[in-house]
Amino acid sequence: MAFEFRSTTLFPSPIGAVVQLYKGFFDTGILTSALFTSLFRIALGFILALIIGTILGIILARSKFADETLGSLVIALQSVPSIVWLPIALLIFQGGGTAIIFIIVLGGTWSMTMNMRMGLKNVSPLYLQAAKTMGYKGSELVWKVMIPASIPSALTGARLAWAFGWRALMAGELLGTGGLGRTLMDAKDFYNMDLVVAIIIIIATTGLIIEYLVFNKIENRVLARWGYAK
Amino acid sequence: MAGIQIENVRKTFENKKEKKSHTVFENLNLHISSGEFVSLLGPSGCGKSTLLNIVAGLEQATEGTVKVDGKKIDSPGTDRGVVFQEAALMPWMTVLDNVIFALKKKMRKEEAKKRAVEFLKLVHLSKFIDSYPHELSGGMKQRVAIARAFAMDPAILLMDEPFGALDEQTRSNLHKEVQYIWATSRKTVLFVTHNIRESILLSDRIILMGTRPGGIIGEFKVDLPRPRKQASAEFIALEEKIMGQLAGEIEKVMREEMGDDYNSQKASLLYSSNRDMGGHI
Repeated sequence: MAFEFRSTTLFPSPIGAVVQLYKGFFDTGILTSALFTSLFRIALGFILALIIGTILGIILARSKFADETLGSLVIALQSVPSIVWLPIALLIFQGGGTAIIFIIVLGGTWSMTMNMRMGLKNVSPLYLQAAKTMGYKGSELVWKVMIPASIPSALTGARLAWAFGWRALMAGELLGTGGLGRTLMDAKDFYNMDLVVAIIIIIATTGLIIEYLVFNKIENRVLARWGYAK
Repeated sequence: MAGIQIENVRKTFENKKEKKSHTVFENLNLHISSGEFVSLLGPSGCGKSTLLNIVAGLEQATEGTVKVDGKKIDSPGTDRGVVFQEAALMPWMTVLDNVIFALKKKMRKEEAKKRAVEFLKLVHLSKFIDSYPHELSGGMKQRVAIARAFAMDPAILLMDEPFGALDEQTRSNLHKEVQYIWATSRKTVLFVTHNIRESILLSDRIILMGTRPGGIIGEFKVDLPRPRKQASAEFIALEEKIMGQLAGEIEKVMREEMGDDYNSQKASLLYSSNRDMGGHI
């Protein structure tokens, strides 16, 4: 004991974290259920952010009036970290779960909106001219040419929406209920720093898997096909 | 089959910020009869692409009318196919889907597919129908664009420097293919180019356009039998004649771009009119 310069309860060991990971997944199951709660929330929040962001992006790109009014509002909202909405969300939605999903949606929607808008505005006029000479008009041009042409940009938006949503989820759970974030706070309250580190490892691993195995793969394929190959 | 009547057309670009306007051409009249292959030839900035875009319906004439088959043109339509300088293929579709995309407005899917395959075969791309545009070379992409335009079976084909960005070999191959398809389909073609040889090789009639004031400055009928040989005496004589008339125009453009100190006499020392390497051996 004389050689210790910090208490081992506050400075966890790697082995302790691995033991906690094993226990949490295969013994008590608290990590399994926490992980699934978090994944369900991010999935729902992310999909909602994508849908709302895409629709808003299309509206901003198509209507000059909307762009000049809503557009600056979106930029303002984008600069607000979505977690600051949590107090209001907790009051509005009563249940903690819905409030956290709301925070994720708020975190992801704006970057999706702005990237969708940019993508649609930057569609090469050549594609539109070509489609017009083939007899396509009006909204058909939007659905069949502009939206497919802006997929690379939408993908960047989705990637950002995921990153913001994932951070919003963790922040929301630290303050709210359920999921990995809450379990982490509980572990801290019980001075179980091994478990805290174990949860951080899970968060990092999940982020890594989504970034590299999902987004990178999709992005590489899309960029190659759309002619922005690396 | 249909001809094109361009009557008293003026095109003025307004610059709202600086309150300046620039008239590209005015009182422009041109009649192209059905089945005729006409080239618009001129230096950059003479408005030849603008004129083609007006016929395509992609731009509006400030004044005057353009009629196709007696009907006034004010918007793009499937009766006029356009081949742009860049192939303008949709990158998210395969070669086959790109051609089908152009046909979908006119026919059912199975019919469109059959026709697309047929026309891709005509430009020797049968092997690549399932490839994506990014996997093709520049020449192959342009072939797809040509197949797409001909497959649409428009009465009029508008080509805006379609081979401008290609290398010499590819270009000369495509010349042959376009001549073949044109000879079998006998469409009315309006072809924009700045290449004198290309225009003599392909067209029945060459319309020479100039700048400031813009408009038509000359017209040449090409009465040579096809297929035309670039080395024949008549070919070269016509080339010289057109070159002579264009030289003044080109100097005007260069002066404007580079300032009054530009002198074509001096410049010609650096740039021989005989560009063929080894021509003096």
